[in-house]
Amino acid sequence: MNRPAQHFREKAQVLDEAALDRALTRIAHEILERNAGASDLAFVGIRTRGVTIAQRLTAKIAAIDGTTLPVGALDITLYRDDLDMRGAPVVRGTDIPFSIKDKTVVLVDDVLFTGRTIRAALDALIDLGRPKMIQLASFIDRGHRELPIRPDYVGKNLPTSRRESVAVRLREHDGEDRVVIEEPEDV
Amino acid sequence: MAWTRKDLLTMRELDPGEIQLLVETAASLEEIATRDIKKVPALRGKTVVNLFYEASTRTRTSFEIAGKWLSADVINFSASGSSAGKGESFLDTAKTIGAMSPDVVVVRHSSAGAAALLARELTCSIVNAGDGAHEHPTQALLDLLTIREKKGHFDGLSVAIVGDVAHSRVARSNIHAMKKLGMTVTVAGPPTLIPPNVQELGVKVSYRLDDAIRDVDVIMMLRLQHERMAGGLIPSLREYSRYWGLTLDKLSAQARPDVLIMHPGPVNRGVELSPEVADGPYSVILDQVTKGVAVRMGVLFLLAGSRGGSPA
Repeated sequence: MNRPAQHFREKAQVLDEAALDRALTRIAHEILERNAGASDLAFVGIRTRGVTIAQRLTAKIAAIDGTTLPVGALDITLYRDDLDMRGAPVVRGTDIPFSIKDKTVVLVDDVLFTGRTIRAALDALIDLGRPKMIQLASFIDRGHRELPIRPDYVGKNLPTSRRESVAVRLREHDGEDRVVIEEPEDV
Repeated sequence: MAWTRKDLLTMRELDPGEIQLLVETAASLEEIATRDIKKVPALRGKTVVNLFYEASTRTRTSFEIAGKWLSADVINFSASGSSAGKGESFLDTAKTIGAMSPDVVVVRHSSAGAAALLARELTCSIVNAGDGAHEHPTQALLDLLTIREKKGHFDGLSVAIVGDVAHSRVARSNIHAMKKLGMTVTVAGPPTLIPPNVQELGVKVSYRLDDAIRDVDVIMMLRLQHERMAGGLIPSLREYSRYWGLTLDKLSAQARPDVLIMHPGPVNRGVELSPEVADGPYSVILDQVTKGVAVRMGVLFLLAGSRGGSPA
């Protein structure tokens, strides 16, 4: 969500397929450990890749614990504070086919950067009901926060410069599982 | 595909990608209607003025609801009880409203081209909510959204548009949009209510209801304005209803079992539609109204959601 419309080239690979899978497995265990099991848990992924990561995490939890947890998809376009700065927005729709009331909602996104996406997601979630608790799983935390937001679960902390970009590439969207740092091509 | 226009004036000027973007944006906003709290902050601080010079229930109300669900401030202006009643010209009234810095003006007027005139004269975004017998683009969009939900696609579908095509802005907007999306359109009605040379829009013409509705996927019945009879275009309402009114008998004799019956409203029960058809299982007339709010949210969002429609 943080990538301006310019071309990026790959600078370095951060996680390969196996490392990405290990990080997901660890987060799944951490979620179960923190919440003492899976009861009352619900997952909400931020479109697009947050939803895929949420689905992967619930599959892991099902394999560990045998519990099938609901996964919803959240589109935060209508809640952004920077619509004026982003040109024509595309709304892809929120699809959360369960009540989040009194649930512990694990909010999932691929890359945590300024925190503004999460701010918008929290507003969007709270408009849908009153969860008991919201926890944040960010697969990559690349720093540069502009708001007081901190993830509960992190796949990898990845210090970056602002001009770089982090791409979490997933099989379902990109045909491969890996995380890379990219930099603008004009440099 | 990104929205780049300042205004939404006609379906005729849009390309298929823009129509799809409008329909898809509306579809993704539909879930807001199912929420406990039907409000999102997308248009907070934006002002939408409904400037209506003709009577309207569903269009004006749905624009108002759509704006409010998106958190815009919505002001309704109707010609009666305003300065227009004191003789102020349409353009002067519109410029007066324009001087109050609205982000979007939704305009309905009995003259074709009224919305286009405002689009030239005002810096804010203009939405055409019906201009004379010209176009009514948001009606066509909500019809498309309804068809998409029920049929799953547009390409290759066949549609019969039946009734007073000559005076119908709904028919015109739908013909343009449906042709662009690969649908086959037949218009049908008494010859006095079918515009000459309508074939130039790429539609077939039929002068028999039975032929027009046979095996089509969608039947769109148009409202017969009572003043058409006074104008001598039809001999009597009774005769019109007998030849052109859609009844259960005609429907079961000719139409496909999965046909959709649409009507832009308000329905003249017993004239163009028998009550059993209007309320029957094929009818999606109330779905159309529900989709109307989603479509108008989509339109307002695309026009005003990103720097008044002129993205950086």
